[in-house]
Amino acid sequence: MSKQADKQGNADNRYKYLDRAIARHQFRGDALIEILHTTQELFGFISRDLLLYIARNLKLPPSKVYGVATFYHFFSLDPKGEHTVTVCLGTACYVRGAADIQVALEKTCGCAMGQTTADGKISLQGARCVGSCGIAPVVIYDNDVAGYDTVEQATARVRTWMEEQA
Amino acid sequence: MTLEELYELGQNFRQKLTTFRAEIHVCGSGGCISSGSFQLKETFEKVCEARKIGADVRVITTGCMGLCGAGPLVRVHPSDTLYVRVTTEDVERIVDSHILKDKPVKNLLYPRDASFFARQVQVALKNMGRIDPESIEDYIAHGGYEALAKAITYYTQEGVILEVRNSGLRGRGGGGYPTGLKWDIVRRVPSAEKYVVCNADEGDPGAFMDRAMLEGNPHAILEGMAIAGYAVGATQGFIYVRGEYPLAIERLKKAIKQSERTQILGNRIFESGFNFRIDLRIGAGAFVCGEETALLQSIEGQRGQPRPRPPYPSQVGLWGKPTLLNNVETFANVPAIVLNGGKWYSAIGTDKSKGTKVFALAGRINNTGLIEVPMGITLREIIFDIGGGIPDGGEFKAAQTGGPSGGCIPVQHLDTPVDYESLTHVGSMMGSGGLIVMDQTSCMVDIAKYFMKFCMEESCGKCIPCRVGTVQLYRLLDRMTNGTATDEDLDTLEELCVMVKDTSLCGLGQTAPNPVMSTLHYFRREYEQHIHEHACAAGVCSVGAEQTDSAVASVHQGEGA
Repeated sequence: MSKQADKQGNADNRYKYLDRAIARHQFRGDALIEILHTTQELFGFISRDLLLYIARNLKLPPSKVYGVATFYHFFSLDPKGEHTVTVCLGTACYVRGAADIQVALEKTCGCAMGQTTADGKISLQGARCVGSCGIAPVVIYDNDVAGYDTVEQATARVRTWMEEQA
Repeated sequence: MTLEELYELGQNFRQKLTTFRAEIHVCGSGGCISSGSFQLKETFEKVCEARKIGADVRVITTGCMGLCGAGPLVRVHPSDTLYVRVTTEDVERIVDSHILKDKPVKNLLYPRDASFFARQVQVALKNMGRIDPESIEDYIAHGGYEALAKAITYYTQEGVILEVRNSGLRGRGGGGYPTGLKWDIVRRVPSAEKYVVCNADEGDPGAFMDRAMLEGNPHAILEGMAIAGYAVGATQGFIYVRGEYPLAIERLKKAIKQSERTQILGNRIFESGFNFRIDLRIGAGAFVCGEETALLQSIEGQRGQPRPRPPYPSQVGLWGKPTLLNNVETFANVPAIVLNGGKWYSAIGTDKSKGTKVFALAGRINNTGLIEVPMGITLREIIFDIGGGIPDGGEFKAAQTGGPSGGCIPVQHLDTPVDYESLTHVGSMMGSGGLIVMDQTSCMVDIAKYFMKFCMEESCGKCIPCRVGTVQLYRLLDRMTNGTATDEDLDTLEELCVMVKDTSLCGLGQTAPNPVMSTLHYFRREYEQHIHEHACAAGVCSVGAEQTDSAVASVHQGEGA
């Protein structure tokens, strides 16, 4: 993959935005985490090529960029599914039965937390605590935060996604 | 901007507010948003428009109003009436009856004298839930930035620090280090460059105080930081905020922009020689970054791994410069202390723990939400008076404070006063303010395992006791819960707890065994039941059915890749 074009060879505007963000931080190495945030926002995940691209631009060793990107849970080095289900596993949610929802969803999707279904439709992930403990247990469907969620509601919602036509 | 101009700005805005016939405040905190408070606000606006009173009624989204479990919350002014569990269908009724006919809607009312509010003392949360967090004018109209203006105009650096010292304020992140003393240390280090850092990496699961404060009253944090900057001689501040809090990030960005535009932050603040800027740094989901040296590493763009202390960040911090690091709540208390004096603040609380503490009440409790109580109040008062007790006729079993670093407090210690020393004495800690209540449906061995899993996954891997110790502790606990453990395992567990506690590099490892040690101390019987009788009284663990948890395997596969 060349740096300004994607697989189809089309010019990719996202690189332009990324370049702009890097320039705004004056190519400083200590802006690495900000740049990784921007990259993930633009591309959805941070591919190996992008890691190299960032390393070159910030004049950092690729090992360091890889080290930082893998240290933080927030950065994903693999593409995400079409939909993302995030189960909050904070203490308040756990005490109110989040673990049951987790197990049910893993069963429904056939994959474990942190993985994506084989058809690339749904990514399952756990969250440390989303800070909505007042309405525990909390599950986030894409960007929709559902409070007081139950095993039935969660599996039903994920099923409708699975049955969606691509 | 001068002090007079600030007063004028506030006066003008208050004047503007008096022109409204009524104000409708819709709670815009995490819990209420997910129960539909944004749609609620729109509906209020539409209905007011339809009744031709759109221009006379001010409808705003505020920060957290506290009673998160009963959301969405709506407060109507000037009568200061609180409505709970408001749905879009109730909007017409509230507007028609309350706003137009001045007759509150009875069945949605929350009694003002209810003990949930009556027992609280609000300092850090004072204006939260009453002002528009996205409006700097609203903040100024409620006395905002007055403390900063006064500090810069009338106080010397030492004078500000003296007030903070007199207030007896201690670090609200849970450490409890005297804030004034820390400020003085940073001030005394000679350096042209110093930094002020706000630790908003609220990682404890079950805690949402910082989130609520950042979202509900971001200017208060900026003001507290600027006062600190003035007192210690720093010109640059950073707020390290969790990436998981997008709304807090958005509101902070807006608040910083507003305060720069009104020339409250920037150069020559309040026409003095003091310059101060604040920038945001977004965390990327690493619990260990709540540890101060790891946090500084992360701001510098490195892996968030702690380093040994001393030297403390007060002497050698960000980019090697002296750095003042305080928690969100600590900064939120500062404006009130400067404005009302240290003596006023120290009149609240106990002998050694002054002032108030914000707690996030959650778990098996009726009134989940955000509260601020004077230090010295007992856990029983918090849980049964303010929290309204346990739902569904449940029986109180334990209160968990301090997150993965804290412990479980059993029923016999319910009358423990809430202060730094007492909570440590019963084997837990103050922590940042998460307070999770558990009833008979929670198994204490399982809870210990839950926290150990958390620490195991969040261990940064730098020092061996934590990296390896937490995995071994988790394995032992896993065996307890699946019924394959022996008495020998229990001994090993205890021994290992002490080892990990004594030899780890940073707070994460040093406190990781706390949940195990406190549950072992108070609920040893449950551990023995799991081992000898293969029984789990709470019915949580599938003892007997042998299964190994996938978590151990996945940690050993390594991160990423």
